[in-house]
Amino acid sequence: MTSRLLDAQELVKSFGGLTAVANVSVHFDRNELVGLIGPNGAGKTTLFNLLTGETPLTSGSISLYTDQGVQTLNGKKPAQIAQAGISRTFQNIRLFKDLSVLDNVKIAMTNHYQEGFLTSVFRLPKFYQTEAAMAQAAHELLKIFDLTAVADQPARNLPYGTQRRLEIVRALATKPSLLFLDEPAAGMNPEETADLTQLIRQIQRDFHITVVLIEHDMSLVMNVVERLYVLEHGGLLASGTPDEIQRDPAVIKAYLGGA
Amino acid sequence: MKVTLKSNLAWVGVMLFGFIIIDALEFAGLINTFIENMLVTIGINVILAVGLNLIIGFAGQFSLGHAGFMAIGAYATGIMTQTMSTPLGFYISMVVGMVIAVIAAVIVGVPTLRLRGDYLAIATMGAAEIIRIVINNLKITNGAAGLFNIPALASWVTVYVLMCLTTIVTVNFIHSRGGRAVMAVREDELAAGAMGINTTRWKLAAFVFGAATAAIGGSLHAAYIQTIAPGDFNIMASIAILIIVVLGGVGSITGTFVAAVVLGALDTILQNFGTVRMIIYSLALILIMIFKPAGLLGTWEFSFRRWLTKGAVTHD
Amino acid sequence: MQTFGQQLVNGLSLGSIYALLALGYTMVYGIIKLINFAHGDIYMLGAFWGYYSLRAFHFNFLMALCSAMVVCAVLGVVIEYFAYRPLRHSPRITALITAIGVSFLLENGMSALVGANARSFPQALPVVTYHWLGIRVSNIQLLILITACLLMALLELIIKRTKMGKAMRAVSVDPEAAQLVGINLNHTISFTFALGSAMAGAAGVLIGLYYNSIDPLMGMTPGIKAFVAAVIGGIGSVPGASLGGFIIGILETGVQAVGLSAYKDAVVYFVLIVILLVMPAGIFGHNRREKV
Repeated sequence: MTSRLLDAQELVKSFGGLTAVANVSVHFDRNELVGLIGPNGAGKTTLFNLLTGETPLTSGSISLYTDQGVQTLNGKKPAQIAQAGISRTFQNIRLFKDLSVLDNVKIAMTNHYQEGFLTSVFRLPKFYQTEAAMAQAAHELLKIFDLTAVADQPARNLPYGTQRRLEIVRALATKPSLLFLDEPAAGMNPEETADLTQLIRQIQRDFHITVVLIEHDMSLVMNVVERLYVLEHGGLLASGTPDEIQRDPAVIKAYLGGA
Repeated sequence: MKVTLKSNLAWVGVMLFGFIIIDALEFAGLINTFIENMLVTIGINVILAVGLNLIIGFAGQFSLGHAGFMAIGAYATGIMTQTMSTPLGFYISMVVGMVIAVIAAVIVGVPTLRLRGDYLAIATMGAAEIIRIVINNLKITNGAAGLFNIPALASWVTVYVLMCLTTIVTVNFIHSRGGRAVMAVREDELAAGAMGINTTRWKLAAFVFGAATAAIGGSLHAAYIQTIAPGDFNIMASIAILIIVVLGGVGSITGTFVAAVVLGALDTILQNFGTVRMIIYSLALILIMIFKPAGLLGTWEFSFRRWLTKGAVTHD
Repeated sequence: MQTFGQQLVNGLSLGSIYALLALGYTMVYGIIKLINFAHGDIYMLGAFWGYYSLRAFHFNFLMALCSAMVVCAVLGVVIEYFAYRPLRHSPRITALITAIGVSFLLENGMSALVGANARSFPQALPVVTYHWLGIRVSNIQLLILITACLLMALLELIIKRTKMGKAMRAVSVDPEAAQLVGINLNHTISFTFALGSAMAGAAGVLIGLYYNSIDPLMGMTPGIKAFVAAVIGGIGSVPGASLGGFIIGILETGVQAVGLSAYKDAVVYFVLIVILLVMPAGIFGHNRREKV
């Protein structure tokens, strides 16, 4: 029996006259790997932005089930939603480019370590302890993703694929229960993509979190995810296991152009 | 840990060395009032510009209202030390100035820090002008004439010690959790929010921090120069601090020191040039900006730590 | 009602000066995102040109106005070429400091050249005051208002109807793309500076005529106010700058009329902050949201 993590009911987002997301209901359970697919412009990223508070909802409701009970996320700011345990990466990588790889990760840990103002400006022993603990935790994460060697480099110096990996590390450093990855394999070659998909599956298991993955290429996600949502024209076209989706006539029609 | 200790000791050494040098020169009679005035001005400018660099260079918020907060500190000292003309009274007045500046910064910052870039600059400039105009029209501040005969409660030593102290506190803040959060906001406000950073709060923190140090600078200015008037804290005063920050390098505290010293020295040398003084100054400013667009030092920072670890870790 | 009308007339005359200045700020900002701090000093130079052309060359008013516009246009182009063009790809704050440097240079250069004292502007036209429904209107005020409106209409025509105007609009939206379709970036930017500076030159001659007094530092405060006007109107928007100029002019005279002249600048800045809080990009500005 799986337990519910997030429930989004009848989400609507319209920009002026254009409805980008129309009446979409999705739910995510604990410890699952879910794919969100659809052609370009289907509203995948907008849906992510609604769920992470980047874009305000036109209507609908989002509830997060935490250990402290059900929390409604409607109208919350991105920072509050992140603190509630939802983290993300961005389609067009948004690292803190001039800061070091290590600092990128430490920044994501800001809310998990407390350093009082006076403690830090006067360098009291507590400051050094907290900093050491943060550095250690950050290094552990970097090690998993094979980024230890570049820890002191500014993020902008990393190659593209490495930047994408760092963005995932940064998102994980916020200790999320739900992680949204927006096209993590964009711009990668098939081999890199295969490695990355394996890595994503691994972290989903090792960190006991729910991962939701956006892809517009169906074949990439089919063999890793447990469940899929298919979006088209801002609406939910289909949902189910990869097998069900592959047999779904509506999906076949949308992807193969009515053949 | 060992490196940290060594680096901290090295910085203490530098500060003591600077103090001893100035003290020795004073003792030997090589520093006249004129030179001392220059040194104190440089010190006060460092305090002001380091705070502004935190706001502009590290938090990425373009504030053009620094002189407003400086005015609050100056007037707190100018008014209070007239009845409490003791060193203790001076420090109390400085703290009062800081508290008022912090309150003013919160009132100004909470609404305006939502604005971006030049809009924020123009809004903070407006806020600083409002502060100045209010001071200009109050009775307790003696209006446009300003305050005279403020007790001389700050010597070059006071300025030197406070300059070191505010710089240490600012640099320590930059290299802490708060400093990183502030820099994350500068780098990418949206991504910072998505990582759980309360962007409004950290922007405000940097802004308030800068305002408090500006008040310290103002207090010292009042107690050393002994005369203040609202005109000393106009838009041009804010711009003068901005020039130090940009000339040194936005985001480099070392650069702020270098620029404050260079401009202080330039100003002193040009005193003898009469009317062409400001022409040379403005030409120098234009030329430095054209040939050094990132400022004298860019974002480069002097670090004993890097120097000490150079032998141990080799980067290619 | 009468005083209201009177203040409205005074406010509109002052406002048209601010509006003319604000146009230069808004166009330059629109095209290279630079707060051209030296713009107020171009206005000062325009006033001085007017002074000398009327006194030494015995120009009539129209000739003084037109020649000041030409001279200022050339100056604007020269300043852009030497001081701002080398910094086009530098951080914007660097270009801002350079603009401040240019402003200092013009102010102090003029002080050194002609002296820092204020001098009285020659009376190019005999002052005639009309009385209409109890409101006093001078021919100078009418002249300022009409000239300003004509120039603004002309500017609007240039921007909307000419090829160069189209190029200006294209560059302000996307300089890279504009270059790709064959627009000469340098020419377009120079043209923008010429237009903006010509407006400032005209404003300088008009203010000389209105206030009768000019000095090398006269551009500082009106320059900042005009920039505030451009921001209120929505920086980058030409109608916005005109509207902003009139708002500030009317606000200033209004506050003065109710006896709070000591606080007139404070009121202007307060209104600025309030407007920015309600409309973060000004009245006619577009608020661009960042795309994720």
